[in-house]
Amino acid sequence: MKRGTIPFWVFAALLPAAAYGLPILGMNEYYFYISYIVLQYVVLATAWNILGGYAGYVNFGTGAFFGAGAYAALVVMLLFEAPLVVQIAVAALVGALMGLGAGLLTLRLKGIFFSIATIAVAIIIETFVLNWRFVGGATGVQIIRGPVTYGFETHTRMLFFVMSVLAVASLVIARYIETSWLGRGLQALRDAEVAAECSGVPTLRLKLIACAVSGALMAAAGAPLPLYSSFVEPHSVFSLNYSVMALSMAVIGGMARWWGPALGAVLIASSQQFAAFASPEFHLLIVGLLLIFVVIAAPGGLVGVIQWVGNWRVSRKEINRSASVVK
Amino acid sequence: MFSFELLFEAVVFGLLVGCFYAAISLGLSIAFGLLDVPHIAHAAFLVLAAYMTFLLGSYGLDPLVAAVLIVIPFFFFGVLVYRFYYEAFEKRGADAGVRGIAFFFGIAFLVQVFLSMKFGLDQRTVSAPYIGRSLELGDMRIPWRLIVVLCVAIALTVGLKLYLSKTFQGRAIRAVAQDAWALRIVGANPVLTKQWAFGIATAAAAIGGALLIIVSPVEPSLDRVYIGRTFCVVVLAGLGSMSGTLVAGLILGVIESLVLTMFGASWAPAVAYGLLLLVLAIRPQGLFRQ
Repeated sequence: MKRGTIPFWVFAALLPAAAYGLPILGMNEYYFYISYIVLQYVVLATAWNILGGYAGYVNFGTGAFFGAGAYAALVVMLLFEAPLVVQIAVAALVGALMGLGAGLLTLRLKGIFFSIATIAVAIIIETFVLNWRFVGGATGVQIIRGPVTYGFETHTRMLFFVMSVLAVASLVIARYIETSWLGRGLQALRDAEVAAECSGVPTLRLKLIACAVSGALMAAAGAPLPLYSSFVEPHSVFSLNYSVMALSMAVIGGMARWWGPALGAVLIASSQQFAAFASPEFHLLIVGLLLIFVVIAAPGGLVGVIQWVGNWRVSRKEINRSASVVK
Repeated sequence: MFSFELLFEAVVFGLLVGCFYAAISLGLSIAFGLLDVPHIAHAAFLVLAAYMTFLLGSYGLDPLVAAVLIVIPFFFFGVLVYRFYYEAFEKRGADAGVRGIAFFFGIAFLVQVFLSMKFGLDQRTVSAPYIGRSLELGDMRIPWRLIVVLCVAIALTVGLKLYLSKTFQGRAIRAVAQDAWALRIVGANPVLTKQWAFGIATAAAAIGGALLIIVSPVEPSLDRVYIGRTFCVVVLAGLGSMSGTLVAGLILGVIESLVLTMFGASWAPAVAYGLLLLVLAIRPQGLFRQ
C-alpha cells in the first residue's frame, strides 16, 4: 500500500461524518450556507482538473455542465418529485453523456480549439434552456421545498452534508485516476499525444473517460442547487464565472496532484465569502492577478511550492546527516 | 407570414452586420491565425477599446476620431502583452499549452473586472450624427451607423491585405507564421516581427472596439458573446486569411440575421457557436485554405 493511503481514507470517512455531526455544536446556520459553496467549488475544481490538469485539455464549459446538472435535477424534481439522491444520479448521468458527446465532437481538436468548442457547448445549451418554457425560460423557476429529510434539522444542513459526500467522492475519484493506469495514460498523452498513441496508449478512449467523469462530477455538483437556492435561472446558473473559478482554483492550487485543486478551491472560495462583505470585485481582481502570476512564476501552483519546500527540507536534512558522518 | 421582402431585408442586414463581424475579427485573424497565439483575450480587448471610445466620447469626440486616437496606445499595449507572453512562455521553448491559454484567459478576466470596477455594469453608448438615423431606400430603412461600419470594415480589410502582401514587414509577418527559422536565416528577427504583428492585431482590435460601440451598447461582460463570433469567423475563414475573414464574416452575418428573422432574437447567440462547432467538426482547416 502506498504511503498516505490510510490517512486518506480516514480523512475521507471523517469529513462527511464531521459534516453530519457539526450542527450539534450549535454553529450559526450561515456557516453551513457558505461552506456549501466552498465544497461545491472543491467538486468543480477537482472535476475540472481531471481533464485540464491530467490530460491538458482546458475546459471553459464548467458552467455548462454545472448548469445542465442543476436543470436535470430540476426537471426530474418537477416531473416525478424525485428525491435528491435520484436527482444527483440523473444529473451525473446527463453530465457524463454531455462529456462524452462534447468529447466525441471536439477531442480531435487540439488545445485552444477544444477550449473554444467548450465555450460553444456552454452557450448553445444555455440558449436552449433560455427557450425552454417548461423550466421557466429566461425568467427561471421558483421551487417549493418539501419537508426536510429525516435525520436533518434544516435543508441547508442536509445539503451541506450531501455536498461534503460529493466533495469526498470527487477527491477519491481524482486520487484513483491520478495513481492508476488512467492517470499515467492521461499524463502521457498530455506531454506527447502522438508518442503516447504510438506506444499503445488508447488516447481517445482515455480522453473520453476523462471527459465523462469530469462532466459527471460537475453536473453532480450542480444537482443540489435548485434545493439550495430554491430558485433557478439560466444566466446565473450557466455563468462563465464557474469556468473562471474552477480553472483559477485548479491552476492556483496546483494541477499535478489531486489535492491541489481542492486546496485552491478552499482558499479562494472561502476568501470570496469573506470578501463578499467588502468588495466582490476586488476579490475577482486578486484572483485574476494571482492566476496570471502563478501561471508565469509558479507553474506548479501551491502544490509545487509545498513540494519544493518539502524537498528543500529533506535535502537540508541529508546534507546535515552526511556532514555529521564525515565528522 | 414569410415574405420575400422580409427575406431580402434579412439578407441585406446580415451582409451589413457581417462586415462588422469581419472587422472585429481581423485582429484575431492576425494574432491567432498567423501568429498561433491562443488569444482568448481578443474579445476582451474589443470591449476595452469600446469603453475607451466611450471615455473619449464623453469629451465630445466622434467615435471614429476616438478610434484613430486609441489605435497607437493599443498598438503599444499589444506589443507589451506579446513581449510579456514571449518572455513568460515562448522563450522557454516548450509550447505553453494549458498555461498559455490560462494566461490569456486571466488577462481577459482582468480586463472585464477592471471595466466593471471603473465603469459599473450599466450599458454604455456613444452619440454621433450617424447614430440613430437611417437611410431610406424605398420601404427599407438602413441605419447610417451600419453604413459607416461597412466603409470602415472594407477599408480595414483592404488595408491589412495590402500591408500583408505588399510591404516587407507584412510579408515578414506572413513568413514568421510559416517558418520562423527560415525568416531568421534571411536576416529578420522573428520575435520582433511577431511583436510588431501582435501590436497591429491589437490596433485592429482598437478600431473594432470603436465599431462595437457604434453598432450596439456595451457592457463589461460583452466579450463572452464576441469570443464565439470572432473565433467562428477566423476558423471559418481559414486561419490568417484577410479576404477570407471578410467572406466568413458575411456568411455568419447572413445566417445569424436569417435565424433572427425566422426564430427570434433569443436564438441568435447560439448561431455563431453552432456554426463554429459545425466548422470544427466538418472542415477544421476553414473554407479558404488549401
